[in-house]
Amino acid sequence: MNHTALIKNATQTLIDHVDELTALDQAIGDGDHGLNMKRGAMAIQARLDELAGQSLNDALRTMGMTCMSTIGGSSGPVFGTLMVTLAKELPATKPTPVDLAGALDAGIKALTRLGKAEVGQKTLLDVLAPVQQTLAAGGGEMIARVRACAIASADATARMDAIKGRASFLGERAFGHVDPGSRSMALIIDSIGDTLSHHP
Amino acid sequence: MKKLINDVDDVLAESLAGFAAAHADILRLAPERQFVARRELKRGKVALISGGGSGHEPLHAGFVGHGMLDAACPGQVFTSPTPDQMLGAAQAVGGGAGVLFIVKNYSGDMMNFQMAAEMLDQENETVIVNDDVAVENSTYTTGRRGVAGTLVVEKVVGAAAERGADLAALKALGDAVNKATASMGVALTSCTVPAAGSPTFQIGADEMELGVGIHGEPGRRRVKLGSADEIAAELTGAILKDLSLKPGAEVLLFVNGFGGTPLLEQYLMVNAAHKVLAGAGIKVVRHLTGSYVTSLEMAGCSITVSALDAAQFALWDAPVHTAALRWGM
Repeated sequence: MNHTALIKNATQTLIDHVDELTALDQAIGDGDHGLNMKRGAMAIQARLDELAGQSLNDALRTMGMTCMSTIGGSSGPVFGTLMVTLAKELPATKPTPVDLAGALDAGIKALTRLGKAEVGQKTLLDVLAPVQQTLAAGGGEMIARVRACAIASADATARMDAIKGRASFLGERAFGHVDPGSRSMALIIDSIGDTLSHHP
Repeated sequence: MKKLINDVDDVLAESLAGFAAAHADILRLAPERQFVARRELKRGKVALISGGGSGHEPLHAGFVGHGMLDAACPGQVFTSPTPDQMLGAAQAVGGGAGVLFIVKNYSGDMMNFQMAAEMLDQENETVIVNDDVAVENSTYTTGRRGVAGTLVVEKVVGAAAERGADLAALKALGDAVNKATASMGVALTSCTVPAAGSPTFQIGADEMELGVGIHGEPGRRRVKLGSADEIAAELTGAILKDLSLKPGAEVLLFVNGFGGTPLLEQYLMVNAAHKVLAGAGIKVVRHLTGSYVTSLEMAGCSITVSALDAAQFALWDAPVHTAALRWGM
């Protein structure tokens, strides 16, 4: 299959969930996350024809640069860097789960450097890291397990303090809320899995 | 949502177009709304560039002009601008003496400015403003947040740049002013991001959010609304604790309205803060009062205390001509 369906469905999922993402960010942030993701998703959808003619690697690079120049906030650099890194690390042939695990590992390292964040601090790294481990471990029912892992890992950020080890007043109040960026990441991964299972 | 708008998607474009028309003698708006730049550029001067999410007007574009910023990059409401905006601004206003970025310490701003700084082919430095004493850490920051004290940094460093200070000196000055400046705010009501359409947070009619950020994001704690004197004591007390000033210290007092609080109450808060500062033996030698670093229509205010030295006070007093601040010329 061509990657166009993957891109179209994943971006549409973000657009369809804009109100949920806004509500999550209003609870513990400044409320702009849903709209930022929607703006990036729409900018990518506007380039679907161009992306369809590109290789997966080039399409990831184009999407990454589009995120960086349209989203702003933290999400622009974060999702942009992730996609540009995946573009660089994935093989030109159809990627296997092990290829994906290797590229995601590089992506996680790039985001750790960029955001000076670590796993366990209520960021989308808390979705990417377990998904990467699932891919690296291999085994059957891979798509279903990756999707379940992404959704459950995003939900689990509700049980994390905003910054590990620092019980600021806000840290305590952020407890119980799902991290918006983690939810967006899970929605993207879940949509990719859904598209892949319908177009094997 | 009740706002003076046409289409929510056009809010930023139409507001910036009006701003540029109203202040055409001082500044110009770049194509694609990438940045607002000073009309009269000074060759050989270090270029000062700031920026951040919109919704804080007049910050930052209102401080573009003689004696302050050379360019400001407006992001979407409460969303940092993108790296290409800062690169475009640097290319337009860079005068060969280097570029100084002034960045509020929010994760998004930090990442986007950092990417721009890495891609820029001009000598550059970054001053990070983190004057908010309310919150040490949160998901959305990499440490203390940058709030109203940003104005003080931009004014003092801007005056020094106008006088010809070099990049290294300006970076050191910006860091020093930031260190000498502390702020804390209180919100009485929420604010509504136009594109979101609903209030950013829910707050009871008899409640206030102490230590609120300039995007209506949570602060220290939610409590019953207190008197102006009680609020001033809490805010100013936290600031003085952070700055650890000695009796006799001379300071600038900046009471900043968040957008929905009238000057009548802002001056009442100046009076209340005076009592707290006098009680601690602190002398207020300069004032700024008004809504300069806002959060849309949020009611509330922040108090900023800046313990400048004599040279820094002289730079504060130096002539400035921008849309929002003008004196001495």
